[in-house]
Amino acid sequence: MLNQLFPNVNWEKMWEATYETVYMTTISTVATFVLGLAIGILLFLTSPHQLWANKVANFITGSIVNIFRSIPFIVLIILLVPLTKFLMGTIRGTNAALPALIIGAAPFYARMVLIALREIDKGVIEAAKSMGAKTSTIIWKVLIPESLPALLSGITVTAVTLVGYTAMAGIIGAGGLGQLAYIDGFNRSRDDVTLAATIFILVIVFIIQFIGDFITTKIDKR
Amino acid sequence: MIELKNISKLYKTKNGEITAVKDVSLTIQQGEIFGIIGYSGAGKSTMIRLLNGLEKPSSGKVLVGGQEISSISGGKLRAARQKISMIFQHFNLLWSRTVEENIAFPLEIAGVKKEERTKRVNELIELVGLSGREKSYPSQLSGGQKQRVGIARALANNPEVLLCDEATSALDPETTDQILELLLDINKRLGLTIVLITHEMHVIRKICHRVAVMEAGSVVEQGEVLQVFQNPQAPITKNFVMQVSGKKEAKESIEQILEHFTSGKLVKLTFIGTKSEQPIISHLIKEFDIEVNIVHGSISQTTKGSYGNLIIQLNGKDSKVEEALLHLESLEIQTEVIEHA
Repeated sequence: MLNQLFPNVNWEKMWEATYETVYMTTISTVATFVLGLAIGILLFLTSPHQLWANKVANFITGSIVNIFRSIPFIVLIILLVPLTKFLMGTIRGTNAALPALIIGAAPFYARMVLIALREIDKGVIEAAKSMGAKTSTIIWKVLIPESLPALLSGITVTAVTLVGYTAMAGIIGAGGLGQLAYIDGFNRSRDDVTLAATIFILVIVFIIQFIGDFITTKIDKR
Repeated sequence: MIELKNISKLYKTKNGEITAVKDVSLTIQQGEIFGIIGYSGAGKSTMIRLLNGLEKPSSGKVLVGGQEISSISGGKLRAARQKISMIFQHFNLLWSRTVEENIAFPLEIAGVKKEERTKRVNELIELVGLSGREKSYPSQLSGGQKQRVGIARALANNPEVLLCDEATSALDPETTDQILELLLDINKRLGLTIVLITHEMHVIRKICHRVAVMEAGSVVEQGEVLQVFQNPQAPITKNFVMQVSGKKEAKESIEQILEHFTSGKLVKLTFIGTKSEQPIISHLIKEFDIEVNIVHGSISQTTKGSYGNLIIQLNGKDSKVEEALLHLESLEIQTEVIEHA
Protein backbone atom coordinates (compact mmCIF):
# COMPACT_ATOMS: atom_id res chain seq x y z
CA MET A 1 0.00 0.00 0.00
CA LEU A 2 2.72 2.46 1.04
CA ASN A 3 4.96 1.23 -1.71
CA GLN A 4 2.18 1.83 -4.25
CA LEU A 5 1.67 5.40 -3.12
CA PHE A 6 5.38 6.13 -2.78
CA PRO A 7 7.06 3.81 -5.30
CA ASN A 8 10.42 5.59 -5.31
CA VAL A 9 10.84 6.15 -1.58
CA ASN A 10 13.67 4.34 0.12
CA TRP A 11 12.32 4.19 3.67
CA GLU A 12 15.65 3.47 5.25
CA LYS A 13 17.05 6.63 3.66
CA MET A 14 13.94 8.51 4.70
CA TRP A 15 14.40 7.56 8.35
CA GLU A 16 18.08 8.40 8.19
CA ALA A 17 17.27 11.83 6.76
CA THR A 18 14.63 12.31 9.46
CA TYR A 19 17.20 11.51 12.09
CA GLU A 20 19.58 14.05 10.55
CA THR A 21 16.91 16.75 10.54
CA VAL A 22 15.94 16.02 14.13
CA TYR A 23 19.62 16.02 15.13
CA MET A 24 20.35 19.38 13.50
CA THR A 25 17.15 20.92 14.87
CA THR A 26 17.73 19.69 18.42
CA ILE A 27 21.37 20.75 18.73
CA SER A 28 20.80 24.11 17.08
CA THR A 29 17.65 24.79 19.16
CA VAL A 30 19.48 24.14 22.42
CA ALA A 31 22.44 26.28 21.36
CA THR A 32 20.12 29.02 20.07
CA PHE A 33 18.25 29.02 23.36
CA VAL A 34 21.44 29.57 25.35
CA LEU A 35 23.01 32.10 22.98
CA GLY A 36 19.77 33.95 22.23
CA LEU A 37 18.89 34.12 25.92
CA ALA A 38 22.28 35.59 26.76
CA ILE A 39 22.06 38.19 23.99
CA GLY A 40 18.43 38.97 24.84
CA ILE A 41 19.25 39.50 28.51
CA LEU A 42 22.17 41.72 27.54
CA LEU A 43 19.87 43.74 25.27
CA PHE A 44 17.36 44.07 28.08
CA LEU A 45 19.77 44.99 30.85
CA THR A 46 21.57 47.61 28.76
CA SER A 47 18.37 49.31 27.64
CA PRO A 48 17.41 52.66 29.25
CA HIS A 49 16.38 52.62 32.94
CA GLN A 50 17.54 49.02 33.40
CA LEU A 51 20.26 47.62 35.66
CA TRP A 52 23.14 48.02 33.21
CA ALA A 53 21.65 50.91 31.21
CA ASN A 54 24.30 51.71 28.63
CA LYS A 55 23.54 53.38 25.32
CA VAL A 56 26.71 52.28 23.54
CA ALA A 57 26.55 48.62 24.55
CA ASN A 58 22.85 48.53 23.76
CA PHE A 59 23.38 50.10 20.34
CA ILE A 60 26.20 47.72 19.40
CA THR A 61 24.35 44.59 20.54
CA GLY A 62 21.15 45.77 18.90
CA SER A 63 22.94 46.49 15.63
CA ILE A 64 24.63 43.08 15.49
CA VAL A 65 21.31 41.39 16.15
CA ASN A 66 19.60 43.40 13.44
CA ILE A 67 22.31 42.77 10.86
CA PHE A 68 22.27 39.00 11.32
CA ARG A 69 18.50 38.96 11.47
CA SER A 70 18.30 40.77 8.14
CA ILE A 71 20.56 38.45 6.12
CA PRO A 72 18.53 35.79 4.30
CA PHE A 73 19.47 32.41 5.70
CA ILE A 74 20.59 30.91 2.41
CA VAL A 75 22.97 33.86 1.92
CA LEU A 76 24.19 33.57 5.52
CA ILE A 77 25.22 29.94 4.96
CA ILE A 78 27.38 30.98 2.02
CA LEU A 79 28.86 33.93 3.93
CA LEU A 80 29.72 31.65 6.83
CA VAL A 81 31.52 29.02 4.72
CA PRO A 82 35.01 30.16 5.86
CA LEU A 83 33.94 30.14 9.52
CA THR A 84 32.32 26.73 9.16
CA LYS A 85 35.47 25.35 7.56
CA PHE A 86 37.54 26.77 10.39
CA LEU A 87 35.25 25.47 13.15
CA MET A 88 34.18 22.11 11.75
CA GLY A 89 36.93 21.33 9.23
CA THR A 90 34.35 20.65 6.52
CA ILE A 91 31.35 22.30 4.90
CA ARG A 92 29.41 19.11 4.32
CA GLY A 93 27.25 17.08 6.67
CA THR A 94 24.96 17.81 9.57
CA ASN A 95 27.60 19.22 11.92
CA ALA A 96 28.78 21.68 9.28
CA ALA A 97 25.27 23.13 9.20
CA LEU A 98 25.24 23.92 12.91
CA PRO A 99 27.21 27.22 13.02
CA ALA A 100 25.02 28.78 10.35
CA LEU A 101 21.83 27.48 11.97
CA ILE A 102 22.78 28.88 15.36
CA ILE A 103 24.09 32.20 14.09
CA GLY A 104 21.02 32.58 11.91
CA ALA A 105 18.50 31.77 14.65
CA ALA A 106 20.06 33.22 17.81
CA PRO A 107 19.53 36.91 16.91
CA PHE A 108 15.95 36.11 15.93
CA TYR A 109 15.40 34.44 19.30
CA ALA A 110 17.26 37.22 21.16
CA ARG A 111 14.58 39.66 19.94
CA MET A 112 11.87 37.39 21.29
CA VAL A 113 13.73 37.14 24.61
CA LEU A 114 13.84 40.93 24.77
CA ILE A 115 10.08 41.15 24.18
CA ALA A 116 9.47 38.49 26.85
CA LEU A 117 11.63 40.31 29.41
CA ARG A 118 9.94 43.63 28.73
CA GLU A 119 6.64 42.03 29.67
CA ILE A 120 7.86 41.38 33.21
CA ASP A 121 6.25 43.65 35.77
CA LYS A 122 8.82 46.36 36.58
CA GLY A 123 7.62 46.29 40.19
CA VAL A 124 8.84 42.73 40.63
CA ILE A 125 12.36 43.70 39.58
CA GLU A 126 12.18 46.71 41.89
CA ALA A 127 11.04 44.45 44.73
CA ALA A 128 14.01 42.14 44.19
CA LYS A 129 16.33 45.15 44.20
CA SER A 130 14.73 46.41 47.41
CA MET A 131 15.53 43.06 49.02
CA GLY A 132 19.19 43.52 48.21
CA ALA A 133 19.39 41.08 45.29
CA LYS A 134 22.48 41.02 43.09
CA THR A 135 22.06 41.37 39.34
CA SER A 136 22.92 37.70 38.85
CA THR A 137 20.20 36.75 41.34
CA ILE A 138 17.75 38.99 39.51
CA ILE A 139 18.62 37.30 36.20
CA TRP A 140 18.34 33.71 37.47
CA LYS A 141 15.54 34.08 40.01
CA VAL A 142 13.41 36.86 38.58
CA LEU A 143 13.97 37.57 34.89
CA ILE A 144 14.12 33.98 33.63
CA PRO A 145 11.41 32.34 35.80
CA GLU A 146 9.02 35.29 35.43
CA SER A 147 9.28 35.27 31.63
CA LEU A 148 9.59 31.51 31.18
CA PRO A 149 6.28 30.90 29.35
CA ALA A 150 7.15 33.56 26.78
CA LEU A 151 10.73 32.30 26.54
CA LEU A 152 9.45 28.78 25.84
CA SER A 153 6.81 29.76 23.32
CA GLY A 154 9.54 31.83 21.64
CA ILE A 155 11.92 28.89 21.44
CA THR A 156 9.07 26.77 20.03
CA VAL A 157 8.61 29.23 17.18
CA THR A 158 12.37 29.37 16.71
CA ALA A 159 12.65 25.56 16.63
CA VAL A 160 10.00 25.43 13.89
CA THR A 161 11.94 28.06 11.95
CA LEU A 162 15.07 25.99 12.47
CA VAL A 163 13.41 22.96 10.87
CA GLY A 164 12.92 25.15 7.82
CA TYR A 165 16.53 26.34 7.99
CA THR A 166 17.84 22.74 8.11
CA ALA A 167 15.96 22.04 4.90
CA MET A 168 17.64 25.02 3.25
CA ALA A 169 21.00 23.89 4.59
CA GLY A 170 20.21 20.47 3.12
CA ILE A 171 20.22 21.90 -0.38
CA ILE A 172 23.90 22.73 -0.06
CA GLY A 173 24.80 19.37 1.41
CA ALA A 174 23.93 19.34 5.11
CA GLY A 175 21.80 16.21 4.78
CA GLY A 176 18.38 15.73 6.31
CA LEU A 177 14.90 15.75 4.81
CA GLY A 178 15.51 18.96 2.87
CA GLN A 179 18.41 17.44 0.99
CA LEU A 180 16.42 14.27 0.34
CA ALA A 181 13.48 16.24 -1.02
CA TYR A 182 15.74 18.33 -3.25
CA ILE A 183 18.33 15.84 -4.50
CA ASP A 184 16.29 12.62 -4.58
CA GLY A 185 12.91 14.18 -5.13
CA PHE A 186 13.18 17.35 -7.19
CA ASN A 187 16.38 16.68 -9.15
CA ARG A 188 15.24 13.20 -10.16
CA SER A 189 11.62 14.21 -10.72
CA ARG A 190 10.37 11.82 -8.07
CA ASP A 191 7.46 13.75 -6.67
CA ASP A 192 6.55 10.97 -4.24
CA VAL A 193 9.90 11.38 -2.48
CA THR A 194 9.36 15.14 -2.13
CA LEU A 195 5.86 14.55 -0.83
CA ALA A 196 6.98 11.94 1.71
CA ALA A 197 9.79 14.22 2.93
CA THR A 198 7.28 17.05 3.27
CA ILE A 199 4.98 14.88 5.36
CA PHE A 200 7.86 13.91 7.63
CA ILE A 201 8.84 17.55 8.09
CA LEU A 202 5.23 18.47 8.90
CA VAL A 203 5.07 15.76 11.53
CA ILE A 204 8.29 17.01 13.14
CA VAL A 205 6.90 20.57 13.22
CA PHE A 206 3.59 19.43 14.74
CA ILE A 207 5.37 17.48 17.44
CA ILE A 208 7.59 20.47 18.31
CA GLN A 209 4.57 22.79 18.45
CA PHE A 210 2.60 20.34 20.58
CA ILE A 211 5.39 19.85 23.11
CA GLY A 212 6.05 23.60 23.25
CA ASP A 213 2.42 24.51 23.82
CA PHE A 214 1.98 21.78 26.40
CA ILE A 215 4.94 22.88 28.52
CA THR A 216 4.10 26.57 28.17
CA THR A 217 0.55 26.14 29.52
CA LYS A 218 1.75 23.74 32.19
CA ILE A 219 4.24 26.14 33.78
CA ASP A 220 2.15 29.31 33.49
CA LYS A 221 0.74 29.97 36.97
CA ARG A 222 -0.55 33.47 36.26
CA MET B 1 16.59 56.08 63.26
CA ILE B 2 15.99 57.79 59.95
CA GLU B 3 17.20 61.22 59.06
CA LEU B 4 16.77 63.18 55.86
CA LYS B 5 18.95 66.25 55.62
CA ASN B 6 18.12 68.90 53.01
CA ILE B 7 17.13 66.34 50.42
CA SER B 8 16.44 67.45 46.87
CA LYS B 9 15.83 65.27 43.86
CA LEU B 10 15.84 66.50 40.29
CA TYR B 11 14.88 64.48 37.25
CA LYS B 12 16.15 65.42 33.84
CA THR B 13 13.55 64.96 31.16
CA LYS B 14 13.24 66.08 27.57
CA ASN B 15 11.18 69.05 28.72
CA GLY B 16 13.76 70.22 31.20
CA GLU B 17 14.32 69.47 34.85
CA ILE B 18 11.61 68.37 37.22
CA THR B 19 12.03 68.78 40.95
CA ALA B 20 10.44 65.77 42.61
CA VAL B 21 11.66 66.58 46.13
CA LYS B 22 12.58 70.07 47.28
CA ASP B 23 14.86 70.60 50.27
CA VAL B 24 13.17 68.17 52.65
CA SER B 25 14.48 67.52 56.15
CA LEU B 26 12.82 64.92 58.35
CA THR B 27 13.63 62.85 61.39
CA ILE B 28 11.87 59.58 62.09
CA GLN B 29 12.23 57.95 65.51
CA GLN B 30 12.95 54.31 66.18
CA GLY B 31 9.77 52.27 66.59
CA GLU B 32 7.46 54.93 65.26
CA ILE B 33 4.91 54.70 62.47
CA PHE B 34 5.52 57.71 60.29
CA GLY B 35 3.13 58.63 57.52
CA ILE B 36 3.78 60.75 54.49
CA ILE B 37 0.60 61.93 52.82
CA GLY B 38 0.19 63.77 49.55
CA TYR B 39 -1.67 63.64 46.27
CA SER B 40 -0.08 61.79 43.35
CA GLY B 41 2.89 63.69 41.98
CA ALA B 42 3.68 65.27 45.34
CA GLY B 43 7.02 63.44 45.46
CA LYS B 44 6.18 60.91 48.15
CA SER B 45 7.03 57.95 45.93
CA THR B 46 10.49 59.36 45.34
CA MET B 47 10.84 60.14 49.05
CA ILE B 48 10.25 56.57 50.17
CA ARG B 49 12.63 55.23 47.51
CA LEU B 50 15.38 57.50 48.81
CA LEU B 51 15.23 55.59 52.09
CA ASN B 52 16.42 52.31 50.58
CA GLY B 53 18.61 53.77 47.88
CA LEU B 54 16.34 52.87 44.96
CA GLU B 55 16.64 56.58 44.23
CA LYS B 56 19.68 58.72 44.93
CA PRO B 57 19.19 62.31 46.06
CA SER B 58 20.57 65.10 43.86
CA SER B 59 21.69 66.82 47.02
CA GLY B 60 21.42 66.17 50.75
CA LYS B 61 21.95 63.14 52.94
CA VAL B 62 19.82 60.13 53.85
CA LEU B 63 20.76 58.36 57.07
CA VAL B 64 19.12 55.13 58.17
CA GLY B 65 20.28 53.52 61.40
CA GLY B 66 23.40 55.67 61.35
CA GLN B 67 24.36 54.53 57.85
CA GLU B 68 24.45 57.00 55.00
CA ILE B 69 22.25 55.28 52.42
CA SER B 70 22.67 58.07 49.92
CA SER B 71 26.40 57.48 49.52
CA ILE B 72 26.87 53.70 49.73
CA SER B 73 26.54 51.32 46.77
CA GLY B 74 27.28 47.75 45.70
CA GLY B 75 27.51 45.10 48.41
CA LYS B 76 27.13 47.60 51.25
CA LEU B 77 23.90 48.96 49.86
CA ARG B 78 22.58 45.44 49.23
CA ALA B 79 23.37 44.45 52.81
CA ALA B 80 21.66 47.61 54.11
CA ARG B 81 18.56 46.87 52.01
CA GLN B 82 18.10 43.54 53.77
CA LYS B 83 17.39 45.57 56.90
CA ILE B 84 15.14 48.11 55.16
CA SER B 85 12.40 46.15 53.50
CA MET B 86 9.53 47.37 51.42
CA ILE B 87 5.94 46.46 50.58
CA PHE B 88 4.16 47.71 47.52
CA GLN B 89 0.79 48.90 46.27
CA HIS B 90 0.65 46.13 43.68
CA PHE B 91 2.33 43.58 45.96
CA ASN B 92 5.03 42.72 43.38
CA LEU B 93 5.04 39.02 44.13
CA LEU B 94 6.71 36.55 41.78
CA TRP B 95 3.84 34.77 40.01
CA SER B 96 6.11 31.83 39.28
CA ARG B 97 6.59 31.09 42.97
CA THR B 98 4.19 29.76 45.58
CA VAL B 99 3.43 31.67 48.77
CA GLU B 100 6.19 29.92 50.69
CA GLU B 101 8.66 30.27 47.85
CA ASN B 102 7.90 33.99 47.60
CA ILE B 103 8.53 34.42 51.31
CA ALA B 104 11.74 32.39 51.02
CA PHE B 105 13.09 34.64 48.26
CA PRO B 106 14.68 37.33 50.48
CA LEU B 107 16.13 34.53 52.62
CA GLU B 108 17.73 33.01 49.53
CA ILE B 109 19.16 36.43 48.72
CA ALA B 110 20.57 36.67 52.23
CA GLY B 111 22.14 33.21 51.85
CA VAL B 112 20.11 31.52 54.59
CA LYS B 113 20.41 27.71 54.56
CA LYS B 114 17.50 25.61 53.33
CA GLU B 115 16.54 24.15 56.71
CA GLU B 116 16.52 27.49 58.46
CA ARG B 117 14.64 28.99 55.53
CA THR B 118 11.82 26.48 55.87
CA LYS B 119 11.59 27.16 59.59
CA ARG B 120 11.53 30.93 59.17
CA VAL B 121 8.97 30.75 56.34
CA ASN B 122 6.64 28.74 58.55
CA GLU B 123 6.95 31.28 61.36
CA LEU B 124 6.17 34.11 58.98
CA ILE B 125 3.19 32.37 57.43
CA GLU B 126 1.83 31.93 60.93
CA LEU B 127 2.57 35.57 61.82
CA VAL B 128 0.64 37.04 58.88
CA GLY B 129 -2.20 34.53 59.14
CA LEU B 130 -1.75 32.59 55.90
CA SER B 131 -1.61 29.06 57.27
CA GLY B 132 -2.98 26.59 54.75
CA ARG B 133 -2.09 28.72 51.74
CA GLU B 134 1.62 27.83 51.65
CA LYS B 135 1.41 26.02 48.32
CA SER B 136 -0.91 28.50 46.60
CA TYR B 137 0.29 30.70 43.76
CA PRO B 138 -0.29 34.46 43.99
CA SER B 139 -2.92 34.25 41.24
CA GLN B 140 -5.03 32.11 43.58
CA LEU B 141 -5.01 34.70 46.38
CA SER B 142 -7.15 37.75 47.11
CA GLY B 143 -5.59 41.23 47.28
CA GLY B 144 -5.44 41.18 51.06
CA GLN B 145 -3.78 37.77 51.09
CA LYS B 146 -1.25 38.92 48.51
CA GLN B 147 -0.33 41.88 50.71
CA ARG B 148 0.07 39.50 53.64
CA VAL B 149 2.57 37.55 51.57
CA GLY B 150 4.26 40.86 50.77
CA ILE B 151 4.46 41.68 54.47
CA ALA B 152 5.77 38.23 55.40
CA ARG B 153 8.38 38.54 52.65
CA ALA B 154 9.38 41.95 53.91
CA LEU B 155 9.82 40.69 57.47
CA ALA B 156 11.83 37.62 56.51
CA ASN B 157 15.27 39.05 57.22
CA ASN B 158 14.24 40.75 60.48
CA PRO B 159 14.42 44.29 59.13
CA GLU B 160 14.68 47.41 61.27
CA VAL B 161 12.61 49.53 58.95
CA LEU B 162 9.55 48.68 56.88
CA LEU B 163 8.68 50.97 53.99
CA CYS B 164 5.08 50.86 52.78
CA ASP B 165 4.54 52.22 49.29
CA GLU B 166 0.77 52.87 49.12
CA ALA B 167 0.41 49.39 50.60
CA THR B 168 -3.36 49.55 50.98
CA SER B 169 -4.33 51.71 48.03
CA ALA B 170 -5.30 48.74 45.87
CA LEU B 171 -7.43 47.13 48.59
CA ASP B 172 -11.07 47.54 49.56
CA PRO B 173 -11.85 49.42 52.81
CA GLU B 174 -12.36 46.33 54.93
CA THR B 175 -9.17 44.63 53.74
CA THR B 176 -7.35 47.94 54.16
CA ASP B 177 -8.32 47.96 57.83
CA GLN B 178 -7.18 44.36 58.30
CA ILE B 179 -3.81 45.07 56.73
CA LEU B 180 -3.42 48.24 58.82
CA GLU B 181 -4.21 46.25 61.97
CA LEU B 182 -1.53 43.76 60.97
CA LEU B 183 1.01 46.56 60.47
CA LEU B 184 0.11 48.10 63.82
CA ASP B 185 0.46 44.70 65.47
CA ILE B 186 3.86 44.13 63.87
CA ASN B 187 5.00 47.58 64.94
CA LYS B 188 4.03 46.87 68.54
CA ARG B 189 5.31 43.32 68.66
CA LEU B 190 8.59 43.72 66.82
CA GLY B 191 9.28 47.38 67.54
CA LEU B 192 9.73 47.91 63.83
CA THR B 193 10.00 51.46 62.49
CA ILE B 194 7.40 51.88 59.73
CA VAL B 195 7.40 54.59 57.11
CA LEU B 196 4.36 54.68 54.88
CA ILE B 197 3.19 56.84 52.05
CA THR B 198 -0.45 57.21 51.16
CA HIS B 199 -3.05 59.57 49.76
CA GLU B 200 -5.68 58.44 52.26
CA MET B 201 -6.00 60.33 55.55
CA HIS B 202 -7.85 57.33 56.89
CA VAL B 203 -4.61 55.31 56.85
CA ILE B 204 -2.71 58.08 58.64
CA ARG B 205 -5.42 58.44 61.26
CA LYS B 206 -5.67 54.75 61.91
CA ILE B 207 -2.05 53.78 62.49
CA CYS B 208 0.41 56.66 62.29
CA HIS B 209 2.02 58.40 65.22
CA ARG B 210 3.37 61.28 63.21
CA VAL B 211 2.65 62.59 59.76
CA ALA B 212 4.28 64.77 57.14
CA VAL B 213 2.14 66.39 54.48
CA MET B 214 3.74 66.78 51.08
CA GLU B 215 2.81 69.11 48.28
CA ALA B 216 4.80 69.74 45.09
CA GLY B 217 7.95 68.14 46.47
CA SER B 218 7.99 69.99 49.79
CA VAL B 219 6.89 69.00 53.26
CA VAL B 220 4.32 71.68 54.07
CA GLU B 221 3.39 70.43 57.51
CA GLN B 222 4.46 67.77 59.95
CA GLY B 223 3.75 66.74 63.51
CA GLU B 224 1.82 64.43 65.79
CA VAL B 225 -1.19 63.00 63.99
CA LEU B 226 -3.67 64.33 66.54
CA GLN B 227 -2.19 67.79 66.48
CA VAL B 228 -2.36 67.90 62.73
CA PHE B 229 -5.98 66.76 62.88
CA GLN B 230 -6.87 69.26 65.56
CA ASN B 231 -5.18 72.21 64.04
CA PRO B 232 -4.30 71.77 60.39
CA GLN B 233 -2.32 74.73 59.07
CA ALA B 234 -1.74 74.33 55.35
CA PRO B 235 -4.80 74.40 53.07
CA ILE B 236 -3.91 70.97 51.66
CA THR B 237 -3.81 69.52 55.18
CA LYS B 238 -7.25 70.96 55.91
CA ASN B 239 -8.44 69.21 52.80
CA PHE B 240 -7.01 65.89 53.92
CA VAL B 241 -8.47 66.27 57.40
CA MET B 242 -11.88 66.90 55.89
CA GLN B 243 -11.57 63.54 54.10
CA VAL B 244 -12.03 61.77 57.42
CA SER B 245 -13.81 64.23 59.67
CA GLY B 246 -16.81 64.43 57.38
CA LYS B 247 -16.90 68.19 57.93
CA LYS B 248 -18.04 68.82 54.40
CA GLU B 249 -21.27 66.94 54.91
CA ALA B 250 -21.64 68.25 58.45
CA LYS B 251 -21.79 71.86 57.30
CA GLU B 252 -24.77 71.16 55.08
CA SER B 253 -26.59 69.07 57.62
CA ILE B 254 -26.31 71.62 60.42
CA GLU B 255 -28.69 73.86 58.52
CA GLN B 256 -31.20 71.03 58.37
CA ILE B 257 -30.66 70.14 62.02
CA LEU B 258 -31.43 73.70 63.09
CA GLU B 259 -34.71 73.55 61.22
CA HIS B 260 -35.72 70.31 62.94
CA PHE B 261 -34.59 70.97 66.48
CA THR B 262 -36.11 74.25 67.52
CA SER B 263 -36.27 73.77 71.28
CA GLY B 264 -33.40 73.76 73.79
CA LYS B 265 -29.78 74.33 72.97
CA LEU B 266 -27.81 72.68 70.19
CA VAL B 267 -24.21 72.09 71.19
CA LYS B 268 -21.37 70.79 69.14
CA LEU B 269 -18.78 68.82 71.10
CA THR B 270 -15.34 68.28 69.62
CA PHE B 271 -13.21 65.45 70.95
CA ILE B 272 -9.50 65.52 70.33
CA GLY B 273 -7.69 62.62 71.88
CA THR B 274 -9.82 63.10 74.96
CA LYS B 275 -12.18 61.17 77.04
CA SER B 276 -14.77 59.97 74.60
CA GLU B 277 -14.59 56.59 76.27
CA GLN B 278 -16.21 58.13 79.38
CA PRO B 279 -19.97 57.87 79.65
CA ILE B 280 -20.41 61.61 79.19
CA ILE B 281 -24.01 61.60 78.01
CA SER B 282 -25.46 59.49 80.80
CA HIS B 283 -23.44 61.54 83.24
CA LEU B 284 -25.04 64.76 81.95
CA ILE B 285 -28.51 63.31 82.30
CA LYS B 286 -27.97 62.08 85.84
CA GLU B 287 -25.99 64.98 87.24
CA PHE B 288 -27.72 67.98 85.75
CA ASP B 289 -31.27 66.77 85.32
CA ILE B 290 -31.50 67.69 81.66
CA GLU B 291 -32.56 65.84 78.56
CA VAL B 292 -29.85 64.99 76.08
CA ASN B 293 -30.68 64.13 72.52
CA ILE B 294 -27.97 62.98 70.10
CA VAL B 295 -28.45 64.74 66.79
CA HIS B 296 -25.37 64.02 64.76
CA GLY B 297 -21.99 62.49 65.35
CA SER B 298 -18.79 61.11 63.89
CA ILE B 299 -16.04 59.84 66.11
CA SER B 300 -13.07 57.84 64.99
CA GLN B 301 -10.13 56.27 66.75
CA THR B 302 -6.48 57.17 66.24
CA THR B 303 -3.48 55.57 67.89
CA LYS B 304 -3.51 58.32 70.52
CA GLY B 305 -7.21 58.59 71.36
CA SER B 306 -10.47 59.61 69.77
CA TYR B 307 -11.07 62.29 67.27
CA GLY B 308 -14.42 63.61 66.08
CA ASN B 309 -17.45 65.59 66.96
CA LEU B 310 -20.94 65.15 68.29
CA ILE B 311 -23.92 67.46 68.09
CA ILE B 312 -26.36 67.15 70.96
CA GLN B 313 -29.57 68.90 71.92
CA LEU B 314 -29.89 69.91 75.57
CA ASN B 315 -33.36 70.49 77.03
CA GLY B 316 -33.82 71.72 80.56
CA LYS B 317 -33.55 74.71 82.83
CA ASP B 318 -31.19 77.38 81.47
CA SER B 319 -29.04 77.36 84.59
CA LYS B 320 -28.69 73.57 84.45
CA VAL B 321 -27.72 73.67 80.81
CA GLU B 322 -25.04 76.28 81.57
CA GLU B 323 -23.64 74.10 84.34
CA ALA B 324 -23.58 71.12 82.04
CA LEU B 325 -21.59 73.08 79.45
CA LEU B 326 -19.05 74.16 82.05
CA HIS B 327 -18.70 70.56 83.15
CA LEU B 328 -17.99 69.46 79.57
CA GLU B 329 -15.30 72.07 79.19
CA SER B 330 -13.64 70.85 82.36
CA LEU B 331 -13.32 67.47 80.60
CA GLU B 332 -11.25 69.10 77.84
CA ILE B 333 -14.04 68.76 75.36
CA GLN B 334 -14.50 71.78 73.13
CA THR B 335 -18.09 72.96 73.16
CA GLU B 336 -19.74 75.27 70.73
CA VAL B 337 -23.34 76.38 70.95
CA ILE B 338 -24.96 76.38 67.55
CA GLU B 339 -27.38 79.27 67.16
CA HIS B 340 -29.88 80.11 64.51
CA ALA B 341 -28.23 82.26 61.93
